[in-house]
Amino acid sequence: MRRRVIFRGKLLPYLLLAPQIAVTLVFFFWPAGQAIRQSVLREDPFGLSSEFVGLENFREVLSDPLYLNAVWNTAVFSTSVAALALGAALFLAVLADKSIRGAGVYKTLLIWPYAVAPAVAAVLWLFLFHPAIGLFGRALNAAGIAWDFKLNGAQAMLLVIFASAWKQVSYNFIFFLAGLQSIPRSVLEAAAIDGARPARRFWTVVFPLLSPTTFFLLVVNLTYAFFDTFGVIHALTGGGPGKATETLIYKVYVDGVQNLNLGGSSAQSVILMAIVIALTAVQFRYVERRVHY
Amino acid sequence: MRAPEGIAPAEEAAAAAASARRRRLLDRIWTHGWLILGVLVFALPIWITLVGSTHDAATIGRGEVPLLPGPHAAENYATAWTQGGGRFRAAGAAAMLWNSALMALLIAAGKIAISLLSAYAVVFFSFPGRMAFFWMIFITLMLPVEVRIIPTFQVMVDLSLINTMAGLVVPLVASATATLLFRQFFLTIPDEYVEAAKMDGAGPLRFFRDVVVPLSVTNIAALFVILFIYGWNQYLWPLLVVNDRSLETIVVGLSKMIGTGDAQNEWNTIMATAVMAMLPPVAVVVLMQRWFVRGLTETEK
Repeated sequence: MRRRVIFRGKLLPYLLLAPQIAVTLVFFFWPAGQAIRQSVLREDPFGLSSEFVGLENFREVLSDPLYLNAVWNTAVFSTSVAALALGAALFLAVLADKSIRGAGVYKTLLIWPYAVAPAVAAVLWLFLFHPAIGLFGRALNAAGIAWDFKLNGAQAMLLVIFASAWKQVSYNFIFFLAGLQSIPRSVLEAAAIDGARPARRFWTVVFPLLSPTTFFLLVVNLTYAFFDTFGVIHALTGGGPGKATETLIYKVYVDGVQNLNLGGSSAQSVILMAIVIALTAVQFRYVERRVHY
Repeated sequence: MRAPEGIAPAEEAAAAAASARRRRLLDRIWTHGWLILGVLVFALPIWITLVGSTHDAATIGRGEVPLLPGPHAAENYATAWTQGGGRFRAAGAAAMLWNSALMALLIAAGKIAISLLSAYAVVFFSFPGRMAFFWMIFITLMLPVEVRIIPTFQVMVDLSLINTMAGLVVPLVASATATLLFRQFFLTIPDEYVEAAKMDGAGPLRFFRDVVVPLSVTNIAALFVILFIYGWNQYLWPLLVVNDRSLETIVVGLSKMIGTGDAQNEWNTIMATAVMAMLPPVAVVVLMQRWFVRGLTETEK
């Protein structure tokens, strides 16, 4: 798409674009290129020389049991966060969409967690579920469940999932509510007159009409769970105990920043880039096409 | 339409109406009940945090988990404000809040400014490489900092941007979403406006300042809310770029205070800091709710 009437100018458009392009080149394209370059090189431990090793780094990464552990953790974590955050948000949005008193107040009270930083959400949940001083942590222990997310990997995973989903529900809620409100009343009334019960009406009429929103949110939630939850994991479990909550992003960070394994970390970065490109492509290709009916 | 009309006696109709009313009442109780439960689930962690910030460290450390506020609010907040807390002493919240606010404002303003300019260039001019530049900006969506941590860090070192406010802000001011949003909006500005401006002898910069920016005010406001929160909540980037405590942001500072999450931490001060870390972005969302919802639903399309 382009405009019919435009301005003339030879240098001006380039000057207008210059700041954005400069930042893009220096901080996005150059580092991404470096990541790709380093992913096929191996440096000696002192960083003095490097040699070309082809796909050796990738082979090593993909056959590393710790990496496969991170892949598995990421899969469990992302699908759980997305399912939980989408399910809870859809349920609440359907209720808040009804014409009830105080709908506006509920809306305000449900959307503010969006503003809480993932790492701060982690701190709040840590305080609630701390085995020695947390309200729920102590209650669980008192009830005879040996709760200590610093020792038990499954419990740690549960906790990061809940803290991450808790923060994401409000985002999904806003979009589901907007989606519900854009469904024409006449469609709903027609279904009601046909005598369909509310539950049936929801699954056969409302839910299919919401599918573009749901699909869009699914991609957004997966992206969120992949990348934006670094803060939750870093603040809450540090990837532990025993790497039980180490996701792909967290492993790139640990290998690159703490273990200074450049080749391995770069190969992981390149794999992650491929994942983001796939997610973005899916988002733009299918969301534009509106997948409903 | 099961019962034939007019055959049902009056009392049966009344009973039906009463049962319908009862059903509606039950439905309303069910709806409010679940919504209130939802609100509580969201509010509970915040309430416990608020409560935690008003007791002394010993009470919390003993695991007495109070449910109601205690008497130590003033001193906890004062300690958090000036000295910070936890055994891994961070900076005081006052300094960290200032850093976070400055970073968030600069990121939001920077993203909006450079996106306005580049969208203007792409929409209102025709020049070689126009689409190539547009795609370059678009592709940055696919390169979040998380996937290129080490090489980006090396660039920062080479440009000696480590431990500077510029280093916190500049790499984050490129914005594909903001550019896309402004481009979308600029395409809706009627051609007649441009023609009229040309007739009046106004150049492109004048048109930008006097027509395009004023028309974009609502979009700018909506984006600003989203981007301010984005900036405030940054975590990985400040963690990498800053190790100087005078530049610590409150979100990262808070997580450093926790250390390994020991029960003997000064949890009262930590919780007071957590409240202060949440307050500004939450206030922005609640006070600017209309802009916020608009900005969110429009940037993500």
